[in-house]
Amino acid sequence: MWIYEKKLIFPVNIKNPDPKLAKIMLEQYGGSDGELGASVRYLSQRFAMVTPQAKATLNDIGTEEIAHTEVMGTIVRQLLKGATQQQIMDSGFDQYFVAHGLGVYPCSAAGDPWSAGGIQSKGDPITDLYEDMAAEKKALKTYDYLIALTSDPDVLKPLRFLREREIVHFQRFGEAK
Amino acid sequence: MDRETLLTKLMELDFMAVDLGLYLNTHPDNEEAIAEYNKIVKAADAVRGKYEKVAGPVCSFRSINRCEDKWQWDDNPWPWDREFNFKEGC
Repeated sequence: MWIYEKKLIFPVNIKNPDPKLAKIMLEQYGGSDGELGASVRYLSQRFAMVTPQAKATLNDIGTEEIAHTEVMGTIVRQLLKGATQQQIMDSGFDQYFVAHGLGVYPCSAAGDPWSAGGIQSKGDPITDLYEDMAAEKKALKTYDYLIALTSDPDVLKPLRFLREREIVHFQRFGEAK
Repeated sequence: MDRETLLTKLMELDFMAVDLGLYLNTHPDNEEAIAEYNKIVKAADAVRGKYEKVAGPVCSFRSINRCEDKWQWDDNPWPWDREFNFKEGC
């Protein structure tokens, strides 16, 4: 089971609304290489793991990914809160706005709803652990792209933290297989 | 220590425990890491107690409600609110 802790894994304090930036941040919330997909992937695959190391690794990294999903949702929400009508219209955020307002919806930057079609659970520990290492690499690359498109230091801080975690998780999956 | 200092300290210690826990999953015989892990968890427990006295419960069903006549779990702010992590104006 799980227990909720009333705190973030990394603090988020964004002062300036920026709907355009919020839209691209959605990629790591509900995109195919994002944090929600990572948590569902690992927490589903763990049932078929055999060694205690692999079970623990998938269970605990899957759990940490839920905390990362929360950080990405927080980034999106804080970038949207207080956005003006002008900002929404000028930024290309209007198409998201008519469907979701300033709410946080699990979709990619392109607006595609989150789907389990972006993940696998193959029932074979080695196959799944290789997918997990690839998943961490893809998420790392997405953070590289997000960081390249971001100049707001309040957004960069949590992005850099999350990027670092992809490197650590890649290492742990490699050790677990 | 004020709420913000305690929160930062708690977040740091809990994160260290999470990270070290992942390391220990794949290095279960590392005695030095086990000792360090236990040290961090004890320190985090102490800070969590102090934090909950000033900020209310951290866990959804494991924290004592310290106020006798008011349920504190649902108090604002929540972690995704800006003001949860930082004082206004910072």
